[in-house]
Amino acid sequence: MPRVLLIEDDPAVRRGVVLGLSRNGHETEAVGTGEDGLEALVAFKPDLVLLDLMLPGMNGLEVCRRVRGTSRVPIVILSARGDDIDVVVGLEAGADDYVVKPAGAAVIEARMRAVLRRVAPAQADTGPGTGPTRIGDLEIDRDALIVRKNGEELPLAPSELKLLLFLSAAPERTFSRQQLLEDVWEHSYYGDARLVDACVMRLRSKIEEDPRHPVYVQTVRGFGYRFGPLPA
Amino acid sequence: MRIAPPRGLRPRLVVAFVLVAALSALITAALTFRQARSAILDRTQNSAVHDLRLQIDSLAPNLPDDPTDTDLRTFARQLDRASGSRGWHTAVARDGGPLIGTANDVSGALRDATESGDTTFYEREEHADGPRLLIGMPISYTDRRGKAEKPSGLVAYAVLSLDGERADISALITAAWAGAVPALAFAAVPALFAARRVLRPVRQLRTAAEKITSGALDTRLDVVGKDELAALTGTFNTMAAGLERDDAELRRMEANARRFAADVSHELRTPLAAMAAVTDALDEDARSGTLPPDTADAVLLISGETRKLTGMVEDLMEISRFDAGAAVLHLDDVSLRTVVHKTLHLRGWREPDEVITELPEEDLRLRVDARRVDVVLANLIGNALRHGAAPVTVRATATRESLVIEVADEGPGIPDHVLPHVFDRFYKADAARARSEGSGLGLAIAMENVRLHDGTLTVANVPDGGAVFTLTLPRTPRQEDQS
Repeated sequence: MPRVLLIEDDPAVRRGVVLGLSRNGHETEAVGTGEDGLEALVAFKPDLVLLDLMLPGMNGLEVCRRVRGTSRVPIVILSARGDDIDVVVGLEAGADDYVVKPAGAAVIEARMRAVLRRVAPAQADTGPGTGPTRIGDLEIDRDALIVRKNGEELPLAPSELKLLLFLSAAPERTFSRQQLLEDVWEHSYYGDARLVDACVMRLRSKIEEDPRHPVYVQTVRGFGYRFGPLPA
Repeated sequence: MRIAPPRGLRPRLVVAFVLVAALSALITAALTFRQARSAILDRTQNSAVHDLRLQIDSLAPNLPDDPTDTDLRTFARQLDRASGSRGWHTAVARDGGPLIGTANDVSGALRDATESGDTTFYEREEHADGPRLLIGMPISYTDRRGKAEKPSGLVAYAVLSLDGERADISALITAAWAGAVPALAFAAVPALFAARRVLRPVRQLRTAAEKITSGALDTRLDVVGKDELAALTGTFNTMAAGLERDDAELRRMEANARRFAADVSHELRTPLAAMAAVTDALDEDARSGTLPPDTADAVLLISGETRKLTGMVEDLMEISRFDAGAAVLHLDDVSLRTVVHKTLHLRGWREPDEVITELPEEDLRLRVDARRVDVVLANLIGNALRHGAAPVTVRATATRESLVIEVADEGPGIPDHVLPHVFDRFYKADAARARSEGSGLGLAIAMENVRLHDGTLTVANVPDGGAVFTLTLPRTPRQEDQS
C-alpha cells in the first residue's frame, strides 16, 4: 500500500483524513506545516503527498515548488474551492491533481490511485522491448518511463510524463481536454479542464525549445491538443 | 388641418415672445395710425372750410340781393376758379333747389342738414372717383347798409378729392408695416436668447437626470444664481446625494449579506471536511453488523446527513461565486450528443426507461462551458425524475442563432402558484412538505449558469400534463475568454 504524506494545518481535517486513509490500509504520516512536510519528505519517503494549499508559515504553493525541486513524488492538492490561493496556481507549481474539500475518503482514495497509476501506465499498449522512440530532440523510453532531450533525462512529474506518453502514442491525433481528463487523469468528462492546461504548460516548459511556439505538444484551437507534427 | 402646438419649451417660448411683440407692435401701429389719419383729415377739412369761407365771404357781397340762376352760376364759377391748389368743385343751391354749378352728387343728408340751419356741415364719402370731402356752407351776407348778417337762403357746396390724403395714409400704413415686420423678426432673436438662457439649466438638469438614470449617481450640477431654476438645481443635487447615499447603503448591506453567506459556508467547510473524510468508514462499520443496531442507525444517519450538508455547502459556495461575479466561463467546442450522453451516463440514468433523448440528426458543435451545461442538464433531468415521472424527454432543436433544449416529464406538472418561484433560492413549494434531496439551490444555480452563457431558462406546464423546462443557448457566445 502506498505511503502517504499529508500536509494539512487543521487538526480535525488531519485526523479525519488520516483515519479514512488508514482504514484503506495506507501508511500515513500527517504534519501541520510546510516546513515539517519538507522534512518528512526526506525522512518518511512517501509514495504520494496530499497537500493543503492554505498553510500557516510557508504556504502550500511554496511547498509544492520545493518538493518539485528535489522530487518527482506525485502531489495531490487537497483544496477547498474558492480559497484565496487558486488551485490552478498549485497545478502550475507542479501538483498533479487536486481533490476538493470536503471529500469522502473514497474520493481521495480514487484520486490517489489514479495519480499513482499515472506513474506506472499500462505496459501492454506498447508491448515490451520496443525500446526508446526518437522524435526530434526527444527520446521517449516507454519501458523505462524515461524521457531524454538531447540525451539528457528530463525531470517530468508523473502527470506530465503520462500526458506526454499518451499524446505521443498517437502522434498528430487531436485530443479534447475532456478526453485527456478522462484518459490521463481519470476524472469525469466534466472535470476541471484547467488541470490539462496547467499540465501542458509545465510539460512545454520542460520539453520545448520555445514554450511559446511549441512543436511537440501543439494547441488545436477550439479542440484540444495533439503531439506534433514536427516542422520539417 | 389642425396645427399641432409646438412641443418643446424653446419653440413655445419663442412663439409666445413673438406673439407678445406682434401684439404690442400692432396696437402701437393701430393707435398711431388712427391718430395720424384723423390729424391729416382734420387739417385738410379745417383748411378747406377756412379757404371756402374766405372765398365766399369775399365773393358773396358781389351777388345781387335777388340773384338769378345766371348770377349763381357765375358765382359758382368764380368760386371754382378761386379754389387754387385744392381743386374743389362748387355749386350753389337756393332754398333747397337744384344745384347750380360744377359740384354734383351731393348727398341728401348733407343738404338737409345744411338747409335747416346756418352752420357749416361737411362729410367724407367714398365715391366712384375716390374719397371725397363734401362741404355745405350756408351763405349769409351783410347788406350794404351794414345791418346784421342775414341768411340768404343760398347754400354753397364744395366737393374736394381726398386722393392726396389717401395716398398719405396708405404711405403711413406701409410705413407701419415696414416698421413692424423687421421688429417682429428682431423680436425672435432676443426670444431665442432668452429661451436659451432659461433652457440651458433645464437641459443640464435633463442630462444630469439621464446620467443618474444610467447609474452615475455621483452626478451633481453647479447652482448658478438665485432663481427658481437654481432652486430646482439645488433640490436635484440634494435628491442625487440622497439616492447615492441610499444606493451605497443598499449595496453595502447586500455585499455584507453575500459575504456573510460566503463566509458561513467557508467556515462550515473545514469541520465538514474532517467529517466527510470519515463518513465512508462510518458507513462501513454500520453495515458490518458489529455495532448495536440503534448505534448503527445513528451512525448511518450522521454520515448521510453529513453528505447532504456537504452538498448544500458546495451549492451555497457556488451561488456565492455567482453573486460575487467570480464565476467565469471556460468555453470549449463540444458535441451536443456527447454532452447529453455524458450527463446521463455520469448520473447513471438509463435510456430509454428513465430518459428519452431526441437530438438533431446531424451532431451539433457547441461552444459552451461543458461543465456548466452538464450542471444545468443534470439539474433539470434530476428534478424531472424526482418531482415528475419517468420517462423524461430531452429534446434539442437548433436554429441558426440558438440551441433550444427542452426537458419534459410525464408527471402532474407544477402547481400554478409555484411556477413563478421554481428558480427562487430555497423555495419550498409546500411549507409542510418534507424537504427534498436537493439543497433547494439546484434550479437557482442552473439559472445562473444559463445566464452566464447569455441564455434563457423558462418553465411551463404542458396542457396534457407534465412540466417542461426550456433552455435556450446562443450558438455563438459573446464572451471568449479562453483559447
